[in-house]
Amino acid sequence: MSRPVVLVNARLLDPASGLDGRGGVLVVGGRIAEVGPGVTVALAPGGAEVIDAKGLCLAPGLVDMRVQFGEPGAEHKERIDSGAAAAAAGGVTSMAVLPNTDPPIDEPAMVEFLARRARQVKLGKVYPYAAITKRLEGRELAEIGLLKAAGAVAFTDGERALADARVMRRALSYASGFDALIVQHPEEPALAEHGVMNEGALASRLGLAGIAPAAETIMVERDLRLLDLTGGRLHFGHVSTAGALAAIRAAKARGLRVTCDTAPHYLALNELEVEGYRTFAKVSPPLRAEEDRRAVVEALRDGTIDVIASDHCPQDQDSKRLPFAQAAYGVIGVQTMLAVCLRLMHEGELGLLALLRTMTEAPARILGLDAGRLAKGAPADLVLFDPEAPWKVTEASLKSLSKNTAFEGRLVEGRIARTVVDGRTIFLQDS
Amino acid sequence: MHMADPRLIFQHKHLLGIEGLQPYEIQDLLDRADGYVALNRQADKKLQVLKGLTHINLFFESSTRTQTSFELAGKRLGADVVNMAVASSAMKKGETLIDTAMTLNAMHPDVLVVRHQDSGAVALLARHVRCAVINAGDGAHEHPTQALLDALTIRRRKGRIEGLTVAICGDILHSRVARSNILLLLAMGARVRVVAPITLLPAGIEGFGVDVFRDMQRGLEDVDIVMMLRLQTERMQGSFVPSVAEYFHFYGLTYDKLRAARPDALIMHPGPMNRGVEIDGVVADDIDRSAILDQVEMGVAVRMAVLDLLTLHLRVPAA
Repeated sequence: MSRPVVLVNARLLDPASGLDGRGGVLVVGGRIAEVGPGVTVALAPGGAEVIDAKGLCLAPGLVDMRVQFGEPGAEHKERIDSGAAAAAAGGVTSMAVLPNTDPPIDEPAMVEFLARRARQVKLGKVYPYAAITKRLEGRELAEIGLLKAAGAVAFTDGERALADARVMRRALSYASGFDALIVQHPEEPALAEHGVMNEGALASRLGLAGIAPAAETIMVERDLRLLDLTGGRLHFGHVSTAGALAAIRAAKARGLRVTCDTAPHYLALNELEVEGYRTFAKVSPPLRAEEDRRAVVEALRDGTIDVIASDHCPQDQDSKRLPFAQAAYGVIGVQTMLAVCLRLMHEGELGLLALLRTMTEAPARILGLDAGRLAKGAPADLVLFDPEAPWKVTEASLKSLSKNTAFEGRLVEGRIARTVVDGRTIFLQDS
Repeated sequence: MHMADPRLIFQHKHLLGIEGLQPYEIQDLLDRADGYVALNRQADKKLQVLKGLTHINLFFESSTRTQTSFELAGKRLGADVVNMAVASSAMKKGETLIDTAMTLNAMHPDVLVVRHQDSGAVALLARHVRCAVINAGDGAHEHPTQALLDALTIRRRKGRIEGLTVAICGDILHSRVARSNILLLLAMGARVRVVAPITLLPAGIEGFGVDVFRDMQRGLEDVDIVMMLRLQTERMQGSFVPSVAEYFHFYGLTYDKLRAARPDALIMHPGPMNRGVEIDGVVADDIDRSAILDQVEMGVAVRMAVLDLLTLHLRVPAA
C-alpha cells in the first residue's frame, strides 16, 4: 500500500457534506483518515508525503459516468490507458465506459475482460457498463443478473436508444428485480432517421437533415410512462431539450426513481457551432437551439439534471474529415469537462459546490460507487485545481489519442493541478 | 458593353453558393453571360480565352444535363475538359473525398466542377485543392449556377428581376435549386413565395424571407414567374406525400391553376421534368408560357461566364 500523504493548506470542497472551508486531508492506506481544518503538517506520520495545496481547491476526484474508450475494437481511436490518462489530466478518477464496443460488452466474460484491462491501467478507476440487450440490437435481454454479478455498474445500449416499448418495459421490470439501473439514450429513432443536426432554420439553410427536439421528448415521456408501470430505476443520458427536461422534472415531482445527465457541450454550446459544416460539432443528440441550451442550464440549477458527464467519444481524423452527413458523431471531453463547466460558476449560474456535486457525489450515488466524497474512510480519490487559472484548449494539450474536441482553440478557466487515486498521484500539472 | 475591371468586382476564388455573393457580383455575372448567349447562337462558337487551362468535371452524383452544360461551356471557351466518372470509380474503392481532392490537385487542374450528394461536400473539397471550384450541386444545400441561369432567363424575358413575384413550387425540402434561387431572387429584389405541402417545406423556411403557401391557387395569384421543382418519386416511400395522383391534383401545374397567375406569367423548371407529376405536359410544352428550354440555353452561357470570371486571374496579368 502507498505511503501516507498529508495534503495541507487547501480549500476543501465536499458537495456530499456541504463542506467548503480551509484545511487538509490525511491519507493512510489509500483512504482518507482525516479531513478538515485540523489537518496540518503536524499530523503527518513519519515518512508521509507532504503536499502544500497553496490554497487551491481540493475536491473528491471526479466521477464521469459516460465515456467511450474504444476498447475493444477501436484501439486506434482510444485505449483504456490513453483515455484514463486524459481523464487523470481532467481530474477524473472514476469513469464508467459504455458497452457499445466491438464486440459489445453483452456477456459476463466481456465485463470481466474489461475490468481486468482496467486494473492493468494504474490510473483512475474504470467501471464497465453492460448492454441491456444482446448485441445492442434492442430485441433480446442480455444476462442482466449475471452481468451485474460480473461487475457491470449499470445497463445501457450505449448510443443506441432501446426503441421497442415492449423490450424496454421488460428491461425495466427485470432489472428492478436486481436493483439494476437502466440508462437510456433518449431518442426516438424513427423521428431521428437521417437527421444529422438539430432541426430548424440553420439546418434548412445548410441543407442538412434535422432531428426535431421532439424525438428526445417523446422517448423520455414514453419511458417515464413505462417506469410508472414497472417501478425500477431509470437514467437518461445526455439530455439536451427543454421538453425532455420538463417531463423529467414532473416525473421526479411525482416520485419516480428517475435521474439524468447532460454533457458539457449541451451546457456550453448551441447549434450555431455546426455553421461551416464543422464535423467536430456533430454529436448525438445534436447541439440544440439556444433556448434549449438555456433550459439545460436551468435544469442543472434546479436539480432536474443530476449529473454532468463528459460523453467522451473519441473519433479519429478519418471519421471526421468527411462531408457532415457522413462524419461520425461525438466529441472527446473527459479532460476538459471541469474547465468547460466552471464557466457556469464564473458566470454566476451555479455555485462551486453545486457544480461539483454533479460530477462527484451525484454520479457515484446513482452508480453505487464508493467514490465522490471527501469523508473519513472514503477512498483517497482527489482532485486539486485552480478554478481561476486560464488555459487554451489545443490539440497538443489533449492527452486522448483522438483530438475531436468541440472546444479547440477556446480559452477556458480552471486548471487541474494534481489528481490522486487511492492516495497515489496519477497526474501532476507541470508548473 | 463597358465593364469595370472584373477582378475588382468578383472577389471570390470559388463559386460555392449564392450565399456570400453581392448583388453587383450577380449583376456582373449575368451581364457577362448575356454576351455568351449571343456567341452560342453563332455557327462558330469557339473562343480561346481558356486555352491551355484544364477543367475537370467531378460528378459524384450523375447528371447528364448539368455535366454536358459545363462541358460545352468549358470547350467553347477553349479549355481542355475532362469528365471524371467518380460515381463509378475511386469512391467505390473507399477513397475519401479529401483523397480524391488531393489526387486531382496533383494533376494541376485550373477549374474543378463538383457535384456531390452531401451538403457541404464541395466546400470541404475546395479547402483541399489549389484551383477554383464550382459547386454544381451539393446535397440539399446549393446549386448556384442553376439559380444564375434562372435569373438570366427571367431577366431576358422580363427585362428585370427586381419587383417581380416568383412562386417556387414543390419539393422545397430536398431542393438545392430552391435554396439557391431563394437567396438569389431575394438579393436581387424579387418577392419570393414557396408553395408546397407542409411535409415538403424545410423547418423555419419563413426565416429565409419568403411567403409560404400551402394552397397552390392562392400561391400563384398574380405571380410573374412560376418555378416548378422536380418531385423525386422515392418521396412517396418516405411518406412525404401519399401518391403521385394526389400530388398532381393539388400541386401539379395545370392551365387551371395557372389562371391565378398573371396572364404573362412565365413557367420554369430546372429539369428533368416528371410530366404528370409536378407539371402537365401540355403546359410544359406551351412555347408562349414555358421558358424551360431557354433555361437550358442560358445554362451554357452562365457557366461560361462563371468559368471566365474564376480563371481571369490566370490569364490577365495583374494590373
